[in-house]
Order: sequence, then structure tokens, then C-alpha cells
Amino acid sequence: MNKFNKYFKDAFAGLWSLLIGMRTTMKIFLRAKLTEQYPENRDTLQISERFRGELVMPHDENNQHKCVGCGLCQIACPNDTIEVITATETDAEGKKKRYLVKYEYDLGSCMFCQLCVNACPHDAIEFSNHFENAVYNRETLVRQLNHEGSSLKSK
Amino acid sequence: MDNSFLDYYNIAPVTSWINDLLCSIMPQGFAYLIEGLVIAVALILAYAVFAIILIYMERKVCAFFQLRLGPMRVGKWGLLQVFADVFKILIKEIIRLKNADNLLYELAPYVVILASILTFSCLPWHKGLQVIDYNIGVFFLLAVSSIEVVGIILAGWSSRNKYSLIGAMRSGAMMISYELSLGMVMLTMVVMTGTMSISGIVESQANGWNIFKGHIPAVIAFIIYLIAGNAEANRGPFDLSEAEQELTAGYHTEYSGMHFGFFYLAEYLNLFIVAGIATTIFLGGWMPFHVSGLDGFNAIMDYVPGIIWFLGKTFFIVFVLMWIKWTFPRLRIDQVLRLEWKYLLPLGMLNLLLMAILKVTGLVF
Repeated sequence: MNKFNKYFKDAFAGLWSLLIGMRTTMKIFLRAKLTEQYPENRDTLQISERFRGELVMPHDENNQHKCVGCGLCQIACPNDTIEVITATETDAEGKKKRYLVKYEYDLGSCMFCQLCVNACPHDAIEFSNHFENAVYNRETLVRQLNHEGSSLKSK
Repeated sequence: MDNSFLDYYNIAPVTSWINDLLCSIMPQGFAYLIEGLVIAVALILAYAVFAIILIYMERKVCAFFQLRLGPMRVGKWGLLQVFADVFKILIKEIIRLKNADNLLYELAPYVVILASILTFSCLPWHKGLQVIDYNIGVFFLLAVSSIEVVGIILAGWSSRNKYSLIGAMRSGAMMISYELSLGMVMLTMVVMTGTMSISGIVESQANGWNIFKGHIPAVIAFIIYLIAGNAEANRGPFDLSEAEQELTAGYHTEYSGMHFGFFYLAEYLNLFIVAGIATTIFLGGWMPFHVSGLDGFNAIMDYVPGIIWFLGKTFFIVFVLMWIKWTFPRLRIDQVLRLEWKYLLPLGMLNLLLMAILKVTGLVF
């Protein structure tokens, strides 16, 4: 008798679980779809803030950046992607001061690990969301991050 | 019951007028030959068109169940994608195998597609629009639909490939088993309607669809039919004959080009055929939906042509079968056979008995 009951119990329990599964998939069928229609939806594309597209050095409206040229990012980089070229000048009080001449960044060898951004003590560099980085030759990927004629933001 | 609405869109006078016209200008045999050829071309064309519609529908429905959009690039909403795929498959090379049994290897896809087209031609599309209509139509349907398993086993056997063979054996065991359930369901509905002719079954539903008239046993039969039909079409949770993860593509692993295309077409059309037969037997075929008492509503329903009713109901069932396919995981061969022999077949037999008792006592209408 026990076996007899089990047969019917199994059949109905199985049928019920199948119906629950079908209800779940129907909910998903009616949900908004996740696919991004990429080139068409460029204007409305939503990218997560933490996405690492390429390294940038933000400049403010006076063309000033925060990089002091310490070179910690260059040391932190495992791929030798960053090259910080600095020079020293003597100011009015006779103190020697280092300043940034050129911040060179090779996108082609970057692995987007974010170690440089974490190493920076002044938050001078960050990763932007811009991801359309394809170019026709590798030389184009080597970029200068500080703008022409920019200077250090004074505190 | 006033059945005059059935003649509203009747095709039969048009077809018989064409027949008379042809017979009056040429010998009768020649006229029949021409008619046969025209109908054959029309059938094969409809077959291809429905295959394209179904493949597109399958890709879209599958995508929607997985939160994707499916094909969107070729044409508006990807409408031309399947045409592109069909043309690609038409120009592909048909590879001949060195060690295969070449005669059987090349015969198999034609056997499969022949069975599928023969079953397809039994569907009642509209009043007066049905190609094959015998007084033993249900028997004919079951007989020709089971030719397909021969083609599948031939394909697996002649390929000389163990994956193909395992797939074909699984498929053979499964299809032969589920045909029993299918037969039981058909018998149940034949008991109810009292006729074996497909057009007769449809016409007996003029005063209500079988699933409403037959209530409990008809609903049980409908569920059994959907399960067994899904298994017959080698789809859904029963696609273990072509289980990609273990057997590459099962019985059609070795096929390429249009030979593979035939298996592919037959698979999709079998889905449509299963849905079409479910529509014919349970949901009234091309009969409009009527609610007794609401005469205005019924009159509006009568203005919708029968072929739209048929296709609407059929695509609804197709959608349900796709819903099932994209919900449930694949069964193992022992589970498939246990489901059939321990659950569906006893249930089908009891249901046949129940239907007979209800019919005799006049409790089904």
C-alpha cells in the first residue's frame, strides 16, 4: 500500500514542481530583456561607474591637474605601462621642486589592474568609462595624459 | 444547431470548380496529374515557409526565455536572419563519408522528410482545404508519422559513428514507446467523436471543442498528448537523441548541407504537426470559438476565416511546447522510458476506459 501511495504522490508532486518551473520561466519571459543593442544605443548606454575603460588624468577648468610627478604609479605598474617624465626647478625661496613634464601611458600594454590609481597619493589619475579604444596602429595607443601647458593645482 | 456558418468561407466549391474546368478541357487522368503536382508543390512550399516561421519563432522565444532579444540585425527585428541561414545551408557542400553505408546514409534524410510531409498533408487547414482525408485518417496519420523513426535509425546506423548510433537507438526506443501513448490518446478521442476521419473529427466539434465537450478525460488526454507529442518530435525535455553535451548532434552528427537541413526542417515541422494535430483533435481545428448564449459574440467569431483559427490555435500550442522545452532539463533514457511505461501508458489506458464509460452513459456530449 505504501508503494501504491508513493506512486501517486510522486506523480502529482512531479507535476506540481513542473508547473512551478513553468510559472518561473513565464515570469522571466515577460521581464525586460538584458541585451544591449550596442552601436545603436550609444546615447543611452549605461556603464557601471567602476568599469575600467582607460586611464585618464582629470584636469579642471584652469587646465590644472593634481599630479606631483612622484612616480609611485610608475613603480606600481606591473607592465611598465606608465612613464612619468619630470624635471626640477628652483623656486623663489631657493627650494628645489619637481614638476611633471610628460605623463606617458601605453594603453596597449595596460591590463586595467588599477594598481596605479590605488598607488596615487593625490588622486591625480583615474579610470574612465570610455571603452571604444580600437585604433589602426599601436603607436596611437601611447598617450600623453597631461594636457599641453597644464600645471599643478596649488593646494 | 445551426451549422450554416461553416459554409461561409467554404473552399470546396472553388476547388471542385477548378477540377471540373480542368476535366472539361483534358482527359481526367491528366487533370488529376496536374492537380496532384500543383498540390504537391504548394504543400512543399508551405512546408518550407512554416519551417522558416518556426525557426524564427524558436530563436525568438528561446531568447526571450533567457532574457535575450534573439536575432535583431538581419532585417527589421532579424526577420531575414532565417532566410539568410536557409540560403547558406543550400549552398553548403554535402560531404560523402568514406566508410558509411552510402545508400542508406543518403536515403535516411529523405525517409524522415517524407514521413514529415505525409503527416503535414493530413492537417485540416480550412473547410474544404485538406489534402489527405480518408475515413481512417487517424490510422493513416499514426502510420505515416511512425515512418520517421525508420529514417532516424537508418541515419544512425549507416553513419558508422558511435554517437550517431547511440542517438538513433535512444530515439528509436523513445519514439516507439511514446507512440503507444499517442495511439491511446487518439483512440480515446475516436471513442468520443465516433469517427476516424480527420474532417469528421473537426466537423463534430462545430457545437463545442472536444476539450470542453469531453471535460475530464479530454483534458487528461490533452496533457498526455502534449507530453507524448513532444517526445515524438524529439524536442523539449526529450531531446536526448541529439543531446549536444554527450552525443555531439546524435543521429545527424555526420550529415552536412541540405541533408542536415532535411533533419532540421523535419524536426521543426514535426513540432508544428504535433501542435496542428492537437488543435484538430482537441481544440476544434478550424472551428471558431463559441460561447453558448452569446449570439453576437459567436457571430463575430464566425467572420474570422477558419485558416486563421487553425493557425492561431496551432501557434498557441507551438508556443506552449517551446515554453516546455526552454523550461525543463533533459531526461535520461531510463527516466524517459519509466515516464512512458509506468505513468503515461497506464494513465492513457484508464483514461480510455473512463472515456468509454462516460460516452456510454452520455456524460460527454
